[in-house]
Amino acid sequence: MKRYTLPMMVCMLLFSFSTTSAQTHSEAYKNNIYNPGILKPVDSKLKVRIGQKAPDFSLPSLTGKKVSLHQFLGKKNVVLSFVPAAWTPVCSDQWPGYNIVKDIFERQNTILLGITVDNIPTLFAWTNQMGHLWFPVLSDFWPHGKVASRYGILRSDGVAERALFLIDKKGIIRYIDVHDINKRPSLEVLVHELQQLPK
Amino acid sequence: MKKAICIPLFLVLGFFAQQSPLWAKTLPPQENSILPDFQLPIPANADHRQYLGLKGKGFFKIHQIKAKAVIIEIFSMYCPYCQREAPNINKLYQRMETDPQLKGKIKIIGIGAGNSPFEVDIFRKKYQVPFPLFSDNNFTVHKCLGETRTPYFFVVAAGPGSTQEVIYSKLGGIKDLDSFLQTIRARSGIK
Repeated sequence: MKRYTLPMMVCMLLFSFSTTSAQTHSEAYKNNIYNPGILKPVDSKLKVRIGQKAPDFSLPSLTGKKVSLHQFLGKKNVVLSFVPAAWTPVCSDQWPGYNIVKDIFERQNTILLGITVDNIPTLFAWTNQMGHLWFPVLSDFWPHGKVASRYGILRSDGVAERALFLIDKKGIIRYIDVHDINKRPSLEVLVHELQQLPK
Repeated sequence: MKKAICIPLFLVLGFFAQQSPLWAKTLPPQENSILPDFQLPIPANADHRQYLGLKGKGFFKIHQIKAKAVIIEIFSMYCPYCQREAPNINKLYQRMETDPQLKGKIKIIGIGAGNSPFEVDIFRKKYQVPFPLFSDNNFTVHKCLGETRTPYFFVVAAGPGSTQEVIYSKLGGIKDLDSFLQTIRARSGIK
C-alpha cells in the first residue's frame, strides 16, 4: 500500500491543477494580461434589489463626457455591466463579446454601460485593444468605487464585482446578477433577460 | 501517519499552485508532434456533414474528416483578434474551395473555446462563417490543446495509424494566405 502513496499524491496534485478555473484570452492583449489567480467568488453585500429604483449616478466616460443613468429614463432600458479590473483575464474577454451583439441590445431598445473602478487613461489603453466599442465605458475611479459601493458591489480589495443590472425605462431594477468574479456570465441568460424587458 | 500529513500537504500545495499567476500551463502541441485525441459532435447541419465527409449522429475524431490536411482554428467569440481575423479566415476557406487543386483536400473547422453553442452561433452569424464551428463550452478541447490563447491555428495531416500529425502550430492570425497555403501543401504532400 505504502509504495502507491507517492504516485497517488502526484495524481491528486495534478488533479488539483486540472480543476483550475478554465479561461482563454485573446492574443489581442499579447502578454499584458495580469492573472490574479482564483479569487473569492463574491466579496460584497448587495445594497439594491429587484423592483427598486436604481440609484442614479453620473460618471466620466471615455469620450470625455459624463454619462448619467437618468438621461435614459423614459427612453431606453439600461444594462450596467460592472467588471472588476482592466487587463485581467475574464474582464478582457467579456465586453468584446457584447461588442458584436449590438443588434440584440438595439432590438430590445437597450443601452449597455460598461463600468470599472479603473481610471480613464487605463480604460482608454485597455479598451483600445478591443476594437471600437459601440457602448459607453465609464470610470468609477473617483471618488473611488462610489457607484459600485452604492449598489453594494465594491469588494474589500477596492475592485467591483462582476455584476449585471438590468434597469427598465422607468428606472426600475429588473434583473441582478452578481456573478462569480472568476467566471464570465452567460450571454444566453443575459439575452433571455433582455427579452423580458418592455421595449 | 505519513499519509495523514502528505494528503493535506499536497492538497494545500495544489491549492496555492492554482492561485499563482506564475503557474505555467502546458504548451500547445508543436509541429511534428501527434495531435492529442479528442472528439467533436457530428454537425447537425447537412452541408457541414457533407463538407467534412461525415455521416450519422454522435461524435467524430479529426482523422475521420475526409481530407489530406485539416486546419483547426481555436477561437472565441469574445476574442477581439478572432473577430478581426474572421473575414480573412472566410477568404481562406473560399480560396481552398475554389482552387481545384485544394478543394476537398484541405478542410477547416473552428472550435470556440469556452463558448456555448449559442455564443458560437452568434459568431457564425455575425461573420457569416461558412465552415463548421464547434462549441467547446467546458474548455475540454482547449485544455487538451494546451490552453492556447486565441486565435490559434493547428494544421494536421495523417500520422501513423489513426493519429494526426501536427504540421503547423501557430498563435495569431494568418497574415499571408498564399504563403500559408503553400506551406500546408508542402508539408501535407498535396501536389
